[in-house]
Amino acid sequence: MPRLPVIKTHKLFIGGAFPRTESGRSRELKDGRGRTIAHLCRASRKDLRQAVEVAHAAQPGWERATPYLRGQVLHRLAEMLEGRRDELSDSLRATSTRSAASARDEVIASIDRLISMAGWTDKLAMVIGGQNPVAGPYYNFTTPEPVGVIVVIDASNAPLLGLVSMIAPAIAAGNAVIAIPSESHPLAALLLAESVPTSDLPAGVFNLLTGEHAELLPQVATHRDISGVLAAVKEPAAAGLRAGAAENLKRVRIVDPGSDFESDEPWSGASAFDGLVDFKTIWHPAAT
Amino acid sequence: MSGHATLPLVAIVDTATWTYSPALEAASVAVSPKHGLFIGGRWVEPRRGATAITLNPATEEPLSTVAEADAAQVTAAFDSARTAQRRWMRTRPQERAKYLFRIARRIQERARELAVLETLDSGKPIRESREFDVPTAAQHFFHHAGWCDKLRYAIPGVSDPRPIGVCAQIIPWNFPLLMAAWKLAPALACGNTCVLKPAETTPLTALRLAEILQEVELPPGVVNVITGGPTTGRAMVEHPGFDKIAFTGSTEVGKAILRACATRRISLTMELGGKSPNIVFADAPIDQAIEGIVDGIWFNQGQVCCAGSRLLVEESVLDEVVAKLRARMNRLRVGDPMDKNTDVGPINSRVQLERVQSYLKIGVDEGAAMEICGNGELPSRGYFCRPTFFTGVQPSATIAREEIFGPVLAVMSFRTPEEAISRANNTPYGLSAGVWTSKGSKIFDTARRLKAGVIWCNGFNLFDAASPFGGFKESGFGREGGRHGLRAYLSH
Repeated sequence: MPRLPVIKTHKLFIGGAFPRTESGRSRELKDGRGRTIAHLCRASRKDLRQAVEVAHAAQPGWERATPYLRGQVLHRLAEMLEGRRDELSDSLRATSTRSAASARDEVIASIDRLISMAGWTDKLAMVIGGQNPVAGPYYNFTTPEPVGVIVVIDASNAPLLGLVSMIAPAIAAGNAVIAIPSESHPLAALLLAESVPTSDLPAGVFNLLTGEHAELLPQVATHRDISGVLAAVKEPAAAGLRAGAAENLKRVRIVDPGSDFESDEPWSGASAFDGLVDFKTIWHPAAT
Repeated sequence: MSGHATLPLVAIVDTATWTYSPALEAASVAVSPKHGLFIGGRWVEPRRGATAITLNPATEEPLSTVAEADAAQVTAAFDSARTAQRRWMRTRPQERAKYLFRIARRIQERARELAVLETLDSGKPIRESREFDVPTAAQHFFHHAGWCDKLRYAIPGVSDPRPIGVCAQIIPWNFPLLMAAWKLAPALACGNTCVLKPAETTPLTALRLAEILQEVELPPGVVNVITGGPTTGRAMVEHPGFDKIAFTGSTEVGKAILRACATRRISLTMELGGKSPNIVFADAPIDQAIEGIVDGIWFNQGQVCCAGSRLLVEESVLDEVVAKLRARMNRLRVGDPMDKNTDVGPINSRVQLERVQSYLKIGVDEGAAMEICGNGELPSRGYFCRPTFFTGVQPSATIAREEIFGPVLAVMSFRTPEEAISRANNTPYGLSAGVWTSKGSKIFDTARRLKAGVIWCNGFNLFDAASPFGGFKESGFGREGGRHGLRAYLSH
C-alpha cells in the first residue's frame, strides 16, 4: 500500500513566530493536476492589524541598527536561502508546469538580489543623499530615511524573485515589511519566511501573510498605520491601493506585475528604493 | 529671511512704547482692472460673468477682476501645454536653460514691482515680499536653469531621464509668486510643460509672471496660467490631459486630489499641511532661540505650512523663554503691510481670519491661557489679527494638534529629550521641526530622531532653491528644490 503523504499547513509569519490565522480559516493549495499539496492560512483583517503592530514596534530598532549590521543580516538571509536552493526550486514548480531550469534560475536570481541589496545598506545615503550648497552660512545636507512600515504585495509572474526584489530594498533601507505573496504560487515565499528566523533579522522586521488579495488589499489601503505600499498588481487593485493614499498619505508605488524582475536596473540599483525612503534635509549654522 | 534667525536679540531698550513715523513703500505699481487667462501664449478673455474680484486684504478694497476658467478653457490650457511639450522637450537643454536664466533675470529686474504687487494682493509685509519671496523666486529659476543640461546627474543610475509630460500645478495663497517659481522652474528645466493655477485670493503675481514669460519669449503653451476658485480647481484635477499633478495646500484638499486621481497612473507631488514642533533645550542660546521662535510662527502671519506652531520648551527654562517671548512679541509691529517697518500684516482673507479667530476661541475654551501681543493700533479696516500665544496647553488640545495657519503659537514644556521627541513626533504631520541647543551631539541626535522632512538646527524657516523641501507622513510626498526636487519632474 502506497504511503499516505503528510500534508503541511503553512502558517503566517508575524513578529518572528508562526501563528495560524486568528480567523481559523484555511484553503487548499493544489498542484497542476488538482491534487491538494498543502494548506494555507487565509489571513484576516485582524491578522493584518497584528502584523502592523509588531512591525511598528520592530521598525525603529532596525532603522537604528548600523548600515553595516543591516548589510550583514541581509547577507545572512541569502546564505540561508542558498542552502535551500533545491527546496525553493521545487516549491516554485509545485504549483506550476515550469521547467526545472527556469525555477532554478529564479531562485539563483533571488539569492543574488539579496546579496546585491546587502551591499547597498552603507552606500545608499552616499549615493542618493547629498550636501546642498545653499546661499548662506549653513551646512545643509539631505539623507534618505526609511518610511516606516511597508506592505509589499506580489501578484507578479515571478513569485520568489518579484517578492524578494521588492522586500529586499525595503528592509535594506530600514523599513519593517509585511509581505503578501502570490495567491496562486505562495510556497517559495513561505520557505523564505521559514529562513528568516535563522538569519538574525530581528523579529517583526519581516512578516508574511498568505490570503486572498481581494480581501486583504482594501484593508491594506485603508489602514492608517501603514506608511507605504509597494505592489506588483494589476488594475483595479492598483487603483484601490492608490485611493488608500488618501487615507494617510501612504507612499504607494505600483509595479507592473509583468515586470522583468530579472533585469538589474532598477531592482539592483538605487531606483529600487523609490517610495521606500523619504528625504530629510537638515540645516545647521556654519557661522558663529 | 535667511540668516535672520541667528541674529542676537538686540532690543534692550523698551521700544514697545515708541511711536514710529510711517515708512511707506510707494504703491506705484499699475494694476490692470481686469485680467484674462494666459493660454497658449495669449491672453484669453473670461467667459461672460465668469469673473471674480481679488481684494487687498489690508484695506478690503478691490484690486482687480480676474477670470474664473471654465471647463472648456481648462481643456484649452491642457491642449496647448500638450502641443508645446513635444517641442519643448526636444529644445536643446542649453537653450531651455537660457529661457530660465532670462526669467530669473527679469524677476530680479522687476523685483520691486513684483514685491509691491505681492504685498497688495496677499497682505504680507513688504519687507518679506522684497527680501524673501521675490529674490527666492528668482533664485529658483536661476538654480533650475543650470540643471537643464545636467539632468543625467539628477538621479543616480538614470543616465537618460525623460520629462514626465504635461503638469497640472495648483498653488496656495501664502507665497503666491514663490510657489509659482517652485513649481514651474523644475518642471520646465526637466522638459515638461505646465498648467498653473494660482490661488483664488492671490492671482496677480502669477499673472504678472506670465507677462514676464511673454517678455522673455518663452514658446507659447509651455506655461499656461489659469485662474479661478474650487470649480476651476476641480475641472483641472478631473481633466485627463495631464501626466503629473503637483499640489501645495491643505492636507484635506490633497487627500481629495489623491482620491480623484486614484484610477490614474500619474506622477504626484503633494506638499501639504503641518504642525511643526520647535524644541528649545535648556542649554540653547536662548536669545537666538527667541528670534527663531518669532520667525517660526509670525513669519507671513503664521500662514506657512512649515510654521513652528508648537513650541516645546525644557521645563527649567520655560519661565525665561515665555518672559522673553512676551517681551519680543510685544515689539512686533502689526499694521499696514506696505510700511517697511511692519512685522505682521493682515491675514490673507476674511475666511482665513475667521478660521484663526475660531481657533483662538477654542484655545481659551479648552483651558489654555491666551496672551495677545503686538505693537501698534490695528487699522480700522483689513483682516488683521494680533500675534498670539497660548501657555498651559495640553498636548491633546485642539490648538496643539490642528494646523491653524495663523499667528498663533502653542507653548508646552518637557522634561527629558525622550519626552520632547515623542511629543514632537506625536502628530500625523511631518513637514518641519526646529531644534535649539548649543550641544552638537544632541542637536544631530535630535535631528535624526525627529520625523520631518526639514529640520532646522538653531534656526527656523530657512529656504533655498538648492535645498529640498517637503514632508514626511501626512505632510505629503515628493520634494521641491535641489537635486531631489528633480525626481518629481523626471520619468525614471
